[in-house]
Amino acid sequence: MEDLQARNQQEQDEFEQNQVIMTPGQLVMKRFFRNKLACVGIGIIVFMVLFCAIGPFFSPYGEYEIFYINNETKEEVRMQQADVGASYMGVNVKAPISSKHWLGTDADGRDVFTRLMYGGRISLTVGFVVVIIELLVGITLGGIAGYYGGIVDMIIMRLVEIFYCIPFIPLMLITSAIMFGYGISPKYKIYFIMVVMGVLYWAGVARIVRGQILSLREMEYMQAAEATGIRTSRKIFKHLVPNVMPMIILIATMDIGSVILTESVLSFLGVGIAWPYASWGNMVDAVNKSVIMKNYLNIWMPPGICILLTVLAFNFIGDGLRDAFDPRMKR
Amino acid sequence: MEEKNIVEVKNLKKYFPIKSGVLQRTTGYVRAVDGVSFSIKKGQTFGLVGESGCGKTTIGRSILRLTEPTSGEININGVDIMKVKKKDLRPLRPKMQMIFQDPFSSLDPRMPVGEIIGEAVKEHNLVPKSEYRDYVLSIMKDCGLRPYYIDRYPHEFSGGQRQRICIARALALNPDVIIADEPVSALDVSIQAQIINLMKDLQEKRKLTYLFISHDLSVVEHISDVVGVMYLGTMMENGPKESIFKNPLHPYTQALFSAVPIADPDVKMNRILLQGDIPSPSNPPSGCKFHTRCSKCMDICKTEVPTLQEYEPGHCVACHLYNKKKTENK
Amino acid sequence: MSREEKKEQRAKLREIKKFNNKKYKEYNKMMKQKNVPESEYLTTMKNPDNILEFDNLRTYFYTDTGTVKSVDGVTFEIPRGKTIGVVGESGCGKSVTSLSVMRLLQGPQGQIAGGAIRYNQESKNRAIDLTKIPVKEMEHIRGNEISMIFQEPMTTLNPVFTIGAQLSECIKLHNPNMAEEDVKNRALEVLKLVGIVREGIYDNYPHELSGGMRQRVVIAMSLACDPQLIIADEPTTALDVTIQAQILDLLRDLKEKINASIMLITHDLGVVAEMADYVVVMYAGRVVEQGTADEIFHDPKHPYTIGLMKSKPMINERVERLYSIPGNVPNPINLPPHCYFKNRCESCVEKCEGAYPELIEVTPTHKVSCHLYENGNSGKTGGNK
Repeated sequence: MEDLQARNQQEQDEFEQNQVIMTPGQLVMKRFFRNKLACVGIGIIVFMVLFCAIGPFFSPYGEYEIFYINNETKEEVRMQQADVGASYMGVNVKAPISSKHWLGTDADGRDVFTRLMYGGRISLTVGFVVVIIELLVGITLGGIAGYYGGIVDMIIMRLVEIFYCIPFIPLMLITSAIMFGYGISPKYKIYFIMVVMGVLYWAGVARIVRGQILSLREMEYMQAAEATGIRTSRKIFKHLVPNVMPMIILIATMDIGSVILTESVLSFLGVGIAWPYASWGNMVDAVNKSVIMKNYLNIWMPPGICILLTVLAFNFIGDGLRDAFDPRMKR
Repeated sequence: MEEKNIVEVKNLKKYFPIKSGVLQRTTGYVRAVDGVSFSIKKGQTFGLVGESGCGKTTIGRSILRLTEPTSGEININGVDIMKVKKKDLRPLRPKMQMIFQDPFSSLDPRMPVGEIIGEAVKEHNLVPKSEYRDYVLSIMKDCGLRPYYIDRYPHEFSGGQRQRICIARALALNPDVIIADEPVSALDVSIQAQIINLMKDLQEKRKLTYLFISHDLSVVEHISDVVGVMYLGTMMENGPKESIFKNPLHPYTQALFSAVPIADPDVKMNRILLQGDIPSPSNPPSGCKFHTRCSKCMDICKTEVPTLQEYEPGHCVACHLYNKKKTENK
Repeated sequence: MSREEKKEQRAKLREIKKFNNKKYKEYNKMMKQKNVPESEYLTTMKNPDNILEFDNLRTYFYTDTGTVKSVDGVTFEIPRGKTIGVVGESGCGKSVTSLSVMRLLQGPQGQIAGGAIRYNQESKNRAIDLTKIPVKEMEHIRGNEISMIFQEPMTTLNPVFTIGAQLSECIKLHNPNMAEEDVKNRALEVLKLVGIVREGIYDNYPHELSGGMRQRVVIAMSLACDPQLIIADEPTTALDVTIQAQILDLLRDLKEKINASIMLITHDLGVVAEMADYVVVMYAGRVVEQGTADEIFHDPKHPYTIGLMKSKPMINERVERLYSIPGNVPNPINLPPHCYFKNRCESCVEKCEGAYPELIEVTPTHKVSCHLYENGNSGKTGGNK
């Protein structure tokens, strides 16, 4: 009889030891990569980042280089060589797609394809920077509110509610007008916009992080950590933070998409990234003129498609992550 | 007295405020624990039984000060826990440990088993660094866990094994007292028996003292030496297991015991059926809290609160039925 | 893990997915079928006194990691007017069995893969196979002829409607021609039947009632349409002992008052002993033993049943050490070819290495699936050890 038990135990041991051990992180990755749409999303994002980051080095043209045309010889002339004052010189506006200009030139005679890469740089940077700012502020404040509770929590949550009430677009219009009034150069305006957006967006993050921490605090393993006499710092960094992480990663991916979209809207309205800098949003702005909208699809469609693809990709990744983190949510 | 009392709880109270309105003013109190006293001798198991909402879990947590008690006195190993500042509580923690009810939420999903068990050992520097891994392995062996589990994560384990990990975590700190809050109620019957046996073995080996909280009377009877029956935040009856189960005095205890279904189709016992439901602890009945459902209710029960009186040596009961003489003498 | 192993694993996963997709398609096709001729699901009962007969029922869940055989060849019957207790530990397939009867499985992952559930439909005087009937027909039977009591009374009741509204909706749904007045009377009548005589309960919301009261309401709802069969899935598990005693008392009382069979699913042997006439013990998706309550509790045959009985401490019965079944329930994916209990069994014999044992008749009502009892052996080699 004892033999038999020992044998059974051994059998089980062998079986269990041969099992693949997976950390929770690996499990999440496995589930994530099983999701086809999420993989497509990753692909798109990687492509976009490469396209925008490395692309410009291969482009012979500059971001705001204007192309001229010799009206007599019909030859294109680059800005540096152009004799701008001459009467036969014209700006090569709305050039069709050609081997020189893969997507033609825009209404100001600039290469659309090159601007697409530079615009993407700005749009993506804005997305990442704004999300980093909002996460920093949101996690800190939300974490404090959730962990300490009581009066601190009350104050921070009221602050969050106030920030929720601030109308975003009018505020941006006003900020833009003020910046214009003070004559701040377009280069710094970008940074301003990032900071303002980040500061306005943290409230949502704070609220979610607080809720998550409140529910985690009630988990029995946090009680157990308290009962075993673990230091507060360790409790926060070893137990709380790793368990809030999935939620934070999720918010971050979902928010990058929406920030890129907001930036486009602002730029489209003329309050965001300003001339001469390119962003996908202000490139789509060209659609304002009905002639361009009807006849020059090559000028405004590509940035529009880029926005669409990027935002869609971030949402795919977000969905994939959510399913991977919490398989029960999937249906 | 052959052994010292290791845990002494005197007149423990925990009121949870009910807040309402915009200003969050306190409009009343939920009397989760309303003046409970008991003591546990070293190496014994005190079984605390009662239905949901009777405050047994709150008692467990109050003793460890995981929830701050409203008032009362808690003595563990001669130290009055209530008087220790929250800051200074940390070094005292290893001596009193807790096993939780839900094996699925009591383990951090992002930590391997070895770290879960050994985390607090490191924290309190209980063993030198060089022996740390061996120490964790030896604790795991004691709890019936295979050594190769040490690097695995909780999601790979079943409920029974998770509960073993919980026990190992508590045991690793070499505690004197373990408070077990419904440790087996989330488990299947066959696994329940394994865990109960494990707890009993460990008690023998390490001279542990348990406060065993459960709603399952048969389990409490099996594991306890002394049993306390609670109802609506008050101790109704306590005493040695033998005398309580053979001769339950309080009408509530009698009803509770007779309500347990017996796994024998031939036993058709005369069940004492309690009428109605448990009253809300925010608005408990006056006098004896049980009088609304009691079949032997007298006039005095509605007005006067019965006190816990010794009926037989060691066997106390809080019921007017058994203090008749005293009231007459008054 | 080496690269080859990974490749192998991936291929396996792909195969599973392909297989699952095929099954999902079949399922969706079946669900879309509207006009199924009656002849396809008409059967005959083995015994006309039975209300329900499970015949080799198999319910599988097609998951991403493989096929989970939750119920794998379950055969038993529910006689008219009797109470059948189905016992087993979590994950043994007892709940899935009941959901199969109600056709409430989460499709397309969960589906009935084979076998039959024959139902004796007295209202139409015919016997039908519940696994094959169209959804429309099932909706008529569900709640009307076969009703279910769930474990969690709070989640069963809709918190935004009054008790009265929910009860009368339930009655109206199955009796569309009933007058408003009669519906209310009927509702009050069933409430009285479950022992609620309090005035004003009709206009209460679920959250205003206690757990025990809610469970009574749920039972009232299941009784509202005079069902032939009531499936009670852990009806008292969420309740306190004293309330559980009340509900059990009520159920036993009802058993005599109404002419319905009860299929009681629970993990608590005590509850089964009090309520059931027949007991079915399940383990890892199979029936390991079945018989009358008397036979199961006084003369258990299967080592699992014996272990289960011994591992539960009893009041006023002193044992130094509880008996405990070693080990754990096997993984439901890739179940071994031999007896599933083999690795935990203490009275294991050579033969246990072989195929899964058939159900063996010990007495006409008592069947056990264990090699120890083959060839008329009464189990002296092990059994009561």
